[in-house]
Amino acid sequence: MRISSYFYSIRQGLKNIRRNLLFSLASIGTIVSCLFLFGVFYCVIVNFRTAVSDLENTVTISVFFDEGIEDSNINLIGEQIRMREEVKTVDYISADQAWERYAKERYEDDYEAAMASFAGDNPLKNSASFEITLKDLSAQSEFIRFLKGLHGVRKVSTSEITADGIVALNSVVSYASIGIIVILLLVSVFLISNTITIGITVRKEEIGIMKLIGATNFFVRAPFIVEGVVIGLIGSLLPLIIVYYMYDNIVKYIIGRYAVVSKLFAFVPIGDIFVVLIPVSAAIGIGLGLIGSIITTRKHLKV
Amino acid sequence: MIKLDHVSLKYPGSKTLALNDVNFEIADGEFVFIVGASGSGKTSMLKLLLKELDPTSGKVKVADYDYSKLKRRNIPKVRRKLGVVFQNFRLLKDRTVYENVAFAQRVIETPGRYIRRQVPAMLTLVGLADKYKSYPRQLSGGEQQRVALARALVNKPEILLADEPTGNLDPKNSWEIMRLLEDVNKKGTTVVVVTHNKEIVNMMRKRVITLKKGEIISDEAKGGYIDED
Repeated sequence: MRISSYFYSIRQGLKNIRRNLLFSLASIGTIVSCLFLFGVFYCVIVNFRTAVSDLENTVTISVFFDEGIEDSNINLIGEQIRMREEVKTVDYISADQAWERYAKERYEDDYEAAMASFAGDNPLKNSASFEITLKDLSAQSEFIRFLKGLHGVRKVSTSEITADGIVALNSVVSYASIGIIVILLLVSVFLISNTITIGITVRKEEIGIMKLIGATNFFVRAPFIVEGVVIGLIGSLLPLIIVYYMYDNIVKYIIGRYAVVSKLFAFVPIGDIFVVLIPVSAAIGIGLGLIGSIITTRKHLKV
Repeated sequence: MIKLDHVSLKYPGSKTLALNDVNFEIADGEFVFIVGASGSGKTSMLKLLLKELDPTSGKVKVADYDYSKLKRRNIPKVRRKLGVVFQNFRLLKDRTVYENVAFAQRVIETPGRYIRRQVPAMLTLVGLADKYKSYPRQLSGGEQQRVALARALVNKPEILLADEPTGNLDPKNSWEIMRLLEDVNKKGTTVVVVTHNKEIVNMMRKRVITLKKGEIISDEAKGGYIDED
């Protein structure tokens, strides 16, 4: 196609939107609500996942050894653990470190005195351990079975209930939001298709004449595809703006109002979220417009 | 050149043939009337020529294209060699006279500089140069048909097909349109006029192909209108 024809198609496409303003607005409205929800879900999920992975780092597995085990055997166990793929970090906590840590928690400010009173006689002398964190909590049960099978391991202590709960909640939230978004996407395609069908009906005479004069299929279809894409694009920009201001203000409000939250939990910075959200939303919006207009023109504009 | 070779057409669900073994050839530069009562198959034949319909059997050839071998994507190529005028004009009501004619050129992607030159020339030819800013509803029937004619001719078609071009016009305007068609024909364009305007057919003494119930009942070089009964 010539460049002037592209401009012509774009002008005609924009004209279609204006002529069919009400239906165009309805289509834009659904895409806006669809992508708005998508944006909100995305913000929630990203924050939730960050929280989960923070939590995953604190969910540790401790491995204790048989009494009187040789240091070389401890090293051997350490090697075997480090070779596993699901392992993220492995820290060796010696008996003295364990005792110091316990004393700090138990006696708080008086811990030095407490430790002095036990000098030379570590009550936790058999409590040297490896503290392990995993990359993915869902691999925990399998990994524990492996640990229990290792020679020289006396005890493996975990917080398995917490881990299972987090994994389950994580997937429920993900599946539910994916489901809702898919339904909204389908509704959007349906509404765009309706809008374009109306545009085609209104311009039936013009299209008929165009075909008889010898317009190519593409030339006849192009304005409607432009219409769909523009509707999709507008529909994707608006929710991005709304989500941006909403997220910013909600985060500020929560941090201002409930200062304690910011100690427990760090919100994902808006920049990190929008680096993904902008291209994905725009792609979904434009994609919806393209799909909606292409299936509709294919159905109604056979030469 | 137009050639129909043993062409028959049957609409789906219909028991009778809309066209039954139709044969004729129209050479380049001819002026031909196709006449017949309503239901005789005139409009079906026009639709075959425009490849809006495909024949049930037989071959249609227009401007060196064999329609039976024509690929879908090449249909626009053939149509660009054809100009069409309709009884009810089929102008775009929301566009000016100028835009209606320019539309035909935009649709086939003519560069803007040609459009700006050829549209006024064409409007002058049909005598509407001073009405280029008017909208169709501001024009009389005769004027609207002249706009439609300008639109059909602006792309310099090899063949002009006119479907009842005088159907909605009074005698004076009808004659004006026929005179324009004759001028166009003299400049080399093949003109095919589908009509049931007896007076015009009888006065112009051109080739007349008469259809009755889907069959050609007469094809005369300087013919007249044959009454049904």
